[in-house]
Amino acid sequence: MSSILSLQDATLALDSNAGRIEILHGISLDVQAGEALALVGPSGSGKSSLLMLMGGLERATSGTITALDHDLSAMDEDALARFRRENMGVVFQNFHLIPTMTALENVATPLELSGRKDALERAKAELEAVGLGHRADHYPSQMSGGEQQRVALARACAPSPRLLLADEPTGNLDQSTGETIMDLLFDLHAKRDTTLVLVTHSNALAKRCERVVRLRDGRIETPLASVEASA
Amino acid sequence: MSLSAATRIARREIRGGLRGFTVFLACLILGVATIAAIGSVRSAIQTGLTSEGATLLGGDAEMSFTYRRATDAELAWMDKNTDATSEIIDFRSMVVVPREDGTERALAQVKAVDDAYPLVGAVEITPHISWTDALAGSDTLPGAVLHGLLADRLSLEVGDTFQLGTQEFILTARLDREPDTAGGFNFAPRAFVRTVDLAGSGLLSAGTLFTSHYRLDLPPSPDLAALEADARAKFESTGLRWRDSRNGAPGITRFVERFGAFLILVGLAGLAVGGVGISTAIRAYLSRKTETIATLRSLGADRSTIFLSYFLQIGFVSLVGISLGLALGALLPILLGPLIESVLPFPANFSLYPIPLIEAALYGALAAAIFTLWPLARVENVRPSALFRDQLGESRNLPAARYIFAVGLLIALLLGLASWLSGSARLTLWFAAGVVIAMVALTFAATGLRALLRRLATRLRSRPELRWAVQSLGRAGDATTPVVLSLGLGLSVLATVGQVDGNLRNAIARDLPDVAPSFFFVDIQRDQMPALQSDWDATPTIHNVETAPMLRGVVTRINDQPAKEVAGDHWVIRGDRGVTYVGQMPEDTKLTAGTWWDPDHTGDPQISFAEEEALEMGLKLGDSLTINILGRDITGSVTSFREVDFSSAGMGFVIVLNEAALSGAPHSFIATVYAEADSEATLLKDVSEQYPNVTAIHVRDAAEQVSSLVAQLANATTYGASTILLTGLLVIFGAAAAGQAARTYEAAILKTLGATRAQVLRSFAWRAALLGAAAGTVALAVGLTGGWAVMTFVMESDFYVIWPNALLILSAGILANLLAGMVFALPSLANRPAQILRARD
Repeated sequence: MSSILSLQDATLALDSNAGRIEILHGISLDVQAGEALALVGPSGSGKSSLLMLMGGLERATSGTITALDHDLSAMDEDALARFRRENMGVVFQNFHLIPTMTALENVATPLELSGRKDALERAKAELEAVGLGHRADHYPSQMSGGEQQRVALARACAPSPRLLLADEPTGNLDQSTGETIMDLLFDLHAKRDTTLVLVTHSNALAKRCERVVRLRDGRIETPLASVEASA
Repeated sequence: MSLSAATRIARREIRGGLRGFTVFLACLILGVATIAAIGSVRSAIQTGLTSEGATLLGGDAEMSFTYRRATDAELAWMDKNTDATSEIIDFRSMVVVPREDGTERALAQVKAVDDAYPLVGAVEITPHISWTDALAGSDTLPGAVLHGLLADRLSLEVGDTFQLGTQEFILTARLDREPDTAGGFNFAPRAFVRTVDLAGSGLLSAGTLFTSHYRLDLPPSPDLAALEADARAKFESTGLRWRDSRNGAPGITRFVERFGAFLILVGLAGLAVGGVGISTAIRAYLSRKTETIATLRSLGADRSTIFLSYFLQIGFVSLVGISLGLALGALLPILLGPLIESVLPFPANFSLYPIPLIEAALYGALAAAIFTLWPLARVENVRPSALFRDQLGESRNLPAARYIFAVGLLIALLLGLASWLSGSARLTLWFAAGVVIAMVALTFAATGLRALLRRLATRLRSRPELRWAVQSLGRAGDATTPVVLSLGLGLSVLATVGQVDGNLRNAIARDLPDVAPSFFFVDIQRDQMPALQSDWDATPTIHNVETAPMLRGVVTRINDQPAKEVAGDHWVIRGDRGVTYVGQMPEDTKLTAGTWWDPDHTGDPQISFAEEEALEMGLKLGDSLTINILGRDITGSVTSFREVDFSSAGMGFVIVLNEAALSGAPHSFIATVYAEADSEATLLKDVSEQYPNVTAIHVRDAAEQVSSLVAQLANATTYGASTILLTGLLVIFGAAAAGQAARTYEAAILKTLGATRAQVLRSFAWRAALLGAAAGTVALAVGLTGGWAVMTFVMESDFYVIWPNALLILSAGILANLLAGMVFALPSLANRPAQILRARD
């Protein structure tokens, strides 16, 4: 397998009212194409921040991040946005659906941003793939949390991204719904040969990934092939 | 950037309705409607004046002369070029009503007419008898028609008799409306008589101050420009003034244009206040949309697509606001047309006028762009990481330089447009400077207030309700700045108008009579002067008398060039001016340059000119002036400049000539008499009885007339400024509504912690009152500074604080904000804490 995502000595520091906070320290990590990688660690360990760096949603303070042979640290905000819409899908813990758009329109948005003429047709197919074809015209406020996360999943997968980033996608769902969502996520990962990076607190979910990376205090603790994840 | 994606996003965002844009829309609608309505009324009046030009003028054209009637050559020219001519003699005189219990007198503006009057239109009188019969009178006495005001003042009924000079007249009708009112403002109410009936009155003798007007009925489709050029070429050097129906009432037209332009600037200030509301509303809207924007960014939308999407949304809402504002501004004047027309002293033609609507739309679009672009540009600062971190609030970073530049460009465009459309860049820029200074002062005041309150909060431990209020106001992000800015700006304009109006009226009606003479007596014949002077000298209640020969002349040439080419449109050369002659230099004359002439000088005429006006006109010592007096050109050299003080309403001549230059010309005398107030009635009676041809002008009455005119202008300005306050109220109500959720939550927590509803309500009331008081205080400071600046530098007069207005502004600030605060505070208290806190979880 070749590396699809590579971080070299990446650090992240943010300014706050209390002063400068060091969030990530010298992270070096390679993600192989097609693998499923779990990022685990206690709250505040920097899991979500690392995911943001991988997705170009946050800019590293130092170090290099390369995705699909593109140096993300050298790209400006708009270039990153364009790169994301072509190559990445992101799933959030809080779903982050756009409340003024229907499920169909939410899924179609990244396709429309890419200028796809068949955006709505593709979006409809994606919704059907997550079992929500009948809810296409519903607004987020008319759907349950599980349904909203399925729409978010369809939206993330719609442009057929090479890289799927998921930040605790079951964090706001009950256990049963969460399991359904994860089945769907891993199913899409398998069927579409997408690389998956998953932030989770759940041992069970981490175990379903091929590799687990544990973080503590902004550093990679045990870059092992497989570990017993702890919450 | 993807236009189609941006359009789709915008359409999806906006289709849920315009909720969240209420204040935005209300401010824009009100601002645009105000400007459109003012412009439409102005256009209605201008159209009325144009279409009624001939009626207002009383003919197709008019030739006027001061102090004299037309010469034979001038009459021959009129005969040759017109189908009909009507002569009018206009002058002031005293209407005298002898009664057993004492004679009553009142000043009248007499219009003596011939049988051809009116050439155009009709005079409306009560009772409805024919105009010819009204002026013919009875078998024994000639008839007269008096304005109702004059008849009432003298308790005259139709059929009663009175005197003008030595001629007795019978009142045959009351004047309801005269058609030819283009002359504009008169100090005294109108009296109509026939000129032939004045032959024995002693009023129109040589030297009397009168103007003659010749109304010309021209053949169909006259070439007015050619006729004017011909008449001016032949007679302008002899003092001709020409007007024609192309601009029948130039004075009124100019006044309507300028005052309309000023009111539109007031409307623009309202739009600036509304801009504060617009800007606040957009910030709040975009703040609520931060999550959506961050999500779109995470899905791959670039910054320009996001910007374009929200630009389109706000552009659409602006379009809705501007359209509704235009509809309101166009329809209101039409609906209220009959009402407005009934109070206007000139005709108006209310209809749909596109030009003022285009003007209002442009102002509205520019104002909306200026006030939305800044907050809108900040959408570019929203980063997708906002979804992960607690950054879903408003970005406080400056927008990108290109947006700051664009805002600057739009402001310059707005000022340029306003300067062009108002016709006065100076007025526009002064006005804009005033608004900007007020806004900066108010912003600083809001920031200072917040800092002060933060410090004060720690010292209010024993007053929890006040401390909560003070803490809340001191917090960044609260409504302090927009409320102080919007309410304060509205009150600032009202305070300035109130202070200037109050000071002006005081200066005219209260202060002026203290220093001004009791009476001006005009039309005193040369042979009457010695006797009058000795009578007044012998009267102990008269403490000062000034007399001067009085002629009127037109400055036609300066250094042998047409005067207009040298001095432009200066008021001294705009019409005829009072001219006098003096031998020995009077004791109180202050020469500032040059030398006074020898009292016996008989050589070439010498002229002493008022220094300030000479400077304004660019005159130097040694310059030659040609003055046309009674049709004769007199050319002299300027040999001295003098200080002339017009502020005391005493005798002040801009142009004085040496005695020999004018003493041979027919003329009358003018006298100013300073007498004890309680002797004024006797003085008037004595002069009127002994010298019926002499006209007395009571300065106090004239001052009251001017004062009432100032009051009317101030009222019109106040109506305009009230829309600013109304916009300010919209903004504060909007701010109060926007903060209601936060206040409801705050109230729930305070109640959970044991605060009573009364305590919470008191805290909210304190908050609103403190904020209103702050806005009122700063507005008062701005108003006092503005009032002082206008009175000191423009009016060159003293400034006194008009306390009733000042207190009104302060209390209006407190009450307005208290009202807005309480309207939204009361529902906040109605809910049980559990409901609110559960909903929040």
